[in-house]
Amino acid sequence: MTNVHPEQIATGSTVDADEVAFFAGIADSWWDPKGPFKPLHQLNPTRLAYIRQEVCRHFDLKDTLRPYETLRFLDIGCGGGLLSEPLKRLGADLVSVDASEKNIKVASLHAEQSGLDIDYRNTTAEALADAGETFDVIVNMEVIEHVADVSAYLEACRKLLKPGGIMLLSTINRTSKAYLFAIIGAEVILRWLPRGAHDWNKFLTPKELSDALEAASFTPSAPTGFSFNPLGGRWSLSDRDVAVNYAMSAAG
Amino acid sequence: MTGKSLRSDVTVIGGGLVGMATAIGLAQIGLSVTIIDMAPKGDLVAQEYDGRSSALAYASCRLLDGLGIWDHMEPYAQPILEIRVSDGPSLFHLHFDNETLGDGPLGHMVENRHTRIALFKRLEDIDTITYLAPEKVARIERTHGEARVITESGIEVSSTLLLGCDGRNSIVRKHADIGVTHWGYGQTGIVCSIEHEFSHCGIAHERFLPSGPFAILPLTGNRSSLVWSEKDHLVETIMALGPKAFEAEVKKRAGDFLGDISVIGGRWAYPLTLQCADKFHDNRLALVGDAAHGMHPIAGQGLNLGLRDVAALLEVIADSARVGLDYGDEGTLERYSAWRHTDTLTLLSVTDVLTRLFSNDIAPVRHLRDAGLATVDKITPLKNFFMSHARGTVGDLPRLLRGEPL
Ligand SMILES: Cc1cc2nc3c(=O)[nH]c(=O)nc-3n(C[C@H](O)[C@H](O)[C@H](O)COP(=O)(O)OP(=O)(O)OC[C@H]3O[C@@H](n4cnc5c(N)ncnc54)[C@H](O)[C@@H]3O)c2cc1C
Ligand SMILES: C[S@@+](CC[C@H](N)C(=O)[O-])C[C@H]1O[C@@H](n2cnc3c(N)ncnc32)[C@H](O)[C@@H]1O
Repeated sequence: MTNVHPEQIATGSTVDADEVAFFAGIADSWWDPKGPFKPLHQLNPTRLAYIRQEVCRHFDLKDTLRPYETLRFLDIGCGGGLLSEPLKRLGADLVSVDASEKNIKVASLHAEQSGLDIDYRNTTAEALADAGETFDVIVNMEVIEHVADVSAYLEACRKLLKPGGIMLLSTINRTSKAYLFAIIGAEVILRWLPRGAHDWNKFLTPKELSDALEAASFTPSAPTGFSFNPLGGRWSLSDRDVAVNYAMSAAG
Repeated sequence: MTGKSLRSDVTVIGGGLVGMATAIGLAQIGLSVTIIDMAPKGDLVAQEYDGRSSALAYASCRLLDGLGIWDHMEPYAQPILEIRVSDGPSLFHLHFDNETLGDGPLGHMVENRHTRIALFKRLEDIDTITYLAPEKVARIERTHGEARVITESGIEVSSTLLLGCDGRNSIVRKHADIGVTHWGYGQTGIVCSIEHEFSHCGIAHERFLPSGPFAILPLTGNRSSLVWSEKDHLVETIMALGPKAFEAEVKKRAGDFLGDISVIGGRWAYPLTLQCADKFHDNRLALVGDAAHGMHPIAGQGLNLGLRDVAALLEVIADSARVGLDYGDEGTLERYSAWRHTDTLTLLSVTDVLTRLFSNDIAPVRHLRDAGLATVDKITPLKNFFMSHARGTVGDLPRLLRGEPL
């Protein structure tokens, strides 16, 4: 999987080059709903509903088809843009970044085909923070388990968030149920996960994520689970089942 | 008008009952809609255009209420308090009433014309729907990201999604090259309204005569709508009868329990066939209502089935649009198709079996079904099952049919 030249990966202390190279290697299949990212496609309606619910509640937005119109969004670790395109349709003023140049190319091309004008950039959280960019909402989904240094990463995110802003995270829990999903998932379910025992240790429990967020001066919420129903392959939001995949919001 | 081009989120071909209800629902979600119909608007609500009345199941009324249409039609709606099914000359009765199930009437009878007028009234409050009529579709083009319709007068409408609500002979279906399974029963439905001396007491009657089912369905006042299924080869003669002779034939079949009867208004003949499209969607396109399926009116379910499509389609579109997903993409339409195709096939096969079973005067078959009706009448759970079907409150119901907001 290291067929990607290192220069094509934006470097920084939070970037794990192997992880990013892995994603670049399968970037062409980001938008194939039946390809390796199938689980993310399946999860999309549910996590987008979570984002909408949290953002609308936090900013007291009207229930329209373009609720995000007044807000500046950052989609960090945007991959192929699976979340970016819906966020843009809902009116967000959006910057989407990924450490992999290949991902950014695939994402840009697809946005063009969808008739959407999205500001995609091949950069990192810390580079953006250094440039002094700030956002009302940071979407940070399925990225934290892939970064090299969680606290440095969250500190960069904290700088990127405007006062009164909100960040939405989601990640995999470190439980045996998640482990089972991940093992079977290597083939069928959660195929976007990092592989190998070393990476397994990078998974954060809700408690650990919550602590890390507090350490970076965020105010984290309780976790919300994404619960999978194998029949029909649909996910739903759950207050109780946080064993596999969960989300958390963090106020600035 | 030549060269004019419009852009709306969704284009609806066919401004019939189903197309209009769909458009209103889409506008309620927040999407802009263009409706194209080939008939002039005035014709659609004229007395002669559609002589049918529809039995709207309880769930369908909830949908119409959720879309803000019901209030406009309620004054013209006759509640159905009881359904009596009888088999020709025999005494066996199957009998459903609302007291068994509680929870309001089984459904309502409304003349299609009044439903159309109500839909147009509701349309007046909505400024995100463009109604183009009379306008015929000349060409349809679809790409990965959009559908374009070019009308005969040269108007071009492009959209994220195109809906075929253009009835049984849907040109949208033909354009997408979607096949249909089609079969007939050698029967035609003769439709007319009657005025009668006694009150119908909100009771709907369905009789199984040798030539096919004969239904007397209560309308407001001392009026009823008749659906008289007759063998094809006799229909031409019956339709050509003078007023007195036609009335005499009606009386012969309706009996005298309503007192003196007179036929009011015109009469219409509709071929009774059953059809189902092989699939309900294609790239950037979906079929809704009669364009997707048509059935024998024996169960009075045609429009109800169409409104179930409407509710399911609005729900999948709303779910996608609200979170910013492409509501015209394969994922969204596939969900609609999978949801509706199964339900439709079930109802179509039940209707088909019923039609064959009840359009038949062979003695053993008649005894069997009499036994069947009598049995169903005695077994409460079975009866409730049938009644819930009549009310349209079974299955994996879309939110609007459950009486919840979109
Ligand atoms: C005798 C009889 C009795 C019935 N009784 C009942 C009942 O009691 N209960 C019930 O639920 N259902 C009943 N039905 C069925 C019900 O009437 C239909 O299911 C319902 O009308 C279908 O509505 P629709 O909007 O899908 O199609 P339609 O009503 O056929 O509307 C199609 C529209 O598309 C337009 N159109 C067609 N082609 C084009 C084109 N090329 N370009 C532009 N516009 C076009 C037409 O002008 C029309 O306005 C009955 C049917 C029959 C025949
Ligand atoms: C599992 S994908 C998630 C993609 C997207 N957020 C989604 O949920 O659809 C993880 C992505 O994070 C990117 N990534 C990993 N570490 C990163 C970092 N430190 N900064 C920016 N992007 C990073 C990877 O290149 C990859 O595209």
